[in-house]
Amino acid sequence: MNIWDEKNECMSRDEIEQLQLERLQAVMNRVHKNVVHYRKTFDEAGIIAEDIRSLSDLVKIPFTTKEDLRLNYPYGMFAVPLREIVRIHSSSGTTGKPIVVGYTKNDIRTWSNLVARFMTAAGVTRDDLVQIAFDYGIFTSAFGMHHGAEAIGASVIPMGMGDTEKQIMIMQDYKTTVLVSTPSYALSLAERLEQFDISPNALSLKVGLFGGEPWSEKMREEIESRLMLSATDNYGLSEVIGPGVAGECSCKKGLHLYEDAFIPEIIDPETGKTLSPGQSGELVLTTLTKEAFPMIRYRTGDITSLDYTRCECGRTMARMQKVMRRSDDMLIIGGVNVFPAQIEKILFSVAQGETPYQLVVERKGAVDNLEVVVEVTDKIFSLELQKQRSFLETVKKRVSVETGISVAVKLVEAKSIPRQDEKIVRVVDKRQL
Amino acid sequence: MLKIKNINTYYGQVHALKNVSLHLSAGEIVTLIGANGAGKTTLLNSMSGIVPPRSGEILFYDVPINNLAAHQIVKMGISQVPEGRQIFKPLSVEDNLGLGAYLYHRRKGEKEQIKKTVAMVYELFPILKERKNQLAGTLSGGELQMLSIGRALMARPKLLLLDEPSMGLAPMIAQEIFRVIVNLSRENKTTILLVEQNARAALKMAHRGYVLETGRLILEGMAADLLENKEVQRAYLGKDKKEIWER
Repeated sequence: MNIWDEKNECMSRDEIEQLQLERLQAVMNRVHKNVVHYRKTFDEAGIIAEDIRSLSDLVKIPFTTKEDLRLNYPYGMFAVPLREIVRIHSSSGTTGKPIVVGYTKNDIRTWSNLVARFMTAAGVTRDDLVQIAFDYGIFTSAFGMHHGAEAIGASVIPMGMGDTEKQIMIMQDYKTTVLVSTPSYALSLAERLEQFDISPNALSLKVGLFGGEPWSEKMREEIESRLMLSATDNYGLSEVIGPGVAGECSCKKGLHLYEDAFIPEIIDPETGKTLSPGQSGELVLTTLTKEAFPMIRYRTGDITSLDYTRCECGRTMARMQKVMRRSDDMLIIGGVNVFPAQIEKILFSVAQGETPYQLVVERKGAVDNLEVVVEVTDKIFSLELQKQRSFLETVKKRVSVETGISVAVKLVEAKSIPRQDEKIVRVVDKRQL
Repeated sequence: MLKIKNINTYYGQVHALKNVSLHLSAGEIVTLIGANGAGKTTLLNSMSGIVPPRSGEILFYDVPINNLAAHQIVKMGISQVPEGRQIFKPLSVEDNLGLGAYLYHRRKGEKEQIKKTVAMVYELFPILKERKNQLAGTLSGGELQMLSIGRALMARPKLLLLDEPSMGLAPMIAQEIFRVIVNLSRENKTTILLVEQNARAALKMAHRGYVLETGRLILEGMAADLLENKEVQRAYLGKDKKEIWER
């Protein structure tokens, strides 16, 4: 079994903890010096870097939230001058504005090597042809996976999202061996293959690296049998680095979280209290090696648990459970993160006032559909038919532009959305993974 | 092999090292970089027991050494090559080396081993052999530095602490010293902690490095990554300025 970075991935617990303490102290000194936000929050909490004498002192440090990142838009959280940034990515914010993240040259190298770890663990080698079916845009997933595959020395086919027919043609002709996409996209590919009557045996696929959205063991079985490959999960988020925080090895019993680069904690999302190993709660991450965009105790919103027992593969890094739930109301639609508040804001601004509505999420085949169901108000009712239609179109267009997902918008009769205690349940997620 | 956790060292009221944690793995060359007064020498002195830390812990092969006296620490296998060589000038080269083996002189059956170590030092620095009967005071700066390293090696250390070994030396001589340091690590498997004013040269030799700033560690990383780090480049490498002899 291949290990990309044996020295770091197989350290003893004692070595990991010493390295984490050193790096935590260093990053605390660095952010205190270079990031106004951290200097302020540390001062308010009355904490100085010297108070961190062991990893258990971590709990004294205030959390960093998405709200903090929003308030420091765009560059407030950067720890190095912009001139040293070589890449800028973004992730979904809770309002109209995205979250901006930056990378130095060293950060890109660190990132590449982290991604190379789980790619190697999944079985990718320099002899592979890696087809990347993620959107090459401001989000981190495509570029992260791209860097990792290149670091290994594999041949990268940067396909980008969509155009399933072309994806299949290239997969057949170029003899792609590794597929990188969201799990739901892998299923759409499988569906299309069946429509075209192409047997997965005729393809050369052997490994699939799937991430960006929750997926169940049932989906894994389905993908593996329909595409004839070994499907592995990986985890990451743009605010922390992108893909490369954690990834499965061939044992497929949890995702190894790279503890030499991140300190994970599990907290109770309600009280913020640290939970003991094995308990399920919200994942909180502190970056140890990032230069441009260090994160101290960032609340990911993802619910998981950590397993510190030894894995059969030889890696000593703790394993996190597959993420299946969020601690907030963030929706993941076809791998894109969307907050209901984003859509609400658009809807209310187009409707020029509050309008009763509900978001309905469904999975048809392998494709996620988000429908915005809007009750007709007097104001909308009084519009001409044509204006009503253009109202729907405008909402659709603005959601697509601002969040990157396409939605359906439909008008229904007043008071027809079911109420619970006089209130509409804002989001109904009918997907079963 | 060595683990430091949260050491704080003071000179009187001056808080010179603030909560410093660091580790060395066997066989590594690790360099400490930082401006003058950042606490590099203090850190070495804290490890060797010359200025013991007021709080914190230093473990050498899991044994706490932060409360031991300097001579006991030498016995454990840590030798320091002090800044400014500190050679006994009225003594001959060979006598200076002999002093380095003070741990072994009274022990039985050590004579042969001491001779072997002297021979090893002469092999590393042939010029010292040529000058073995000369008074140390007559040596050049480079030869004094070689003698200082040789003397530390006489104690047969597992860990060698080097404080500014290239200071005041001509570039050619400094390079010679650096070559020997790399050799010591490669061939004798001696672990080395190197404090060096020439940060670029140090990072090129080392596996890993730490950056010390006003008594605090602010960075730890692979030497290659630190060389690429803009903050390090700006502050310690004199960005875009290449020393002639480093090509």
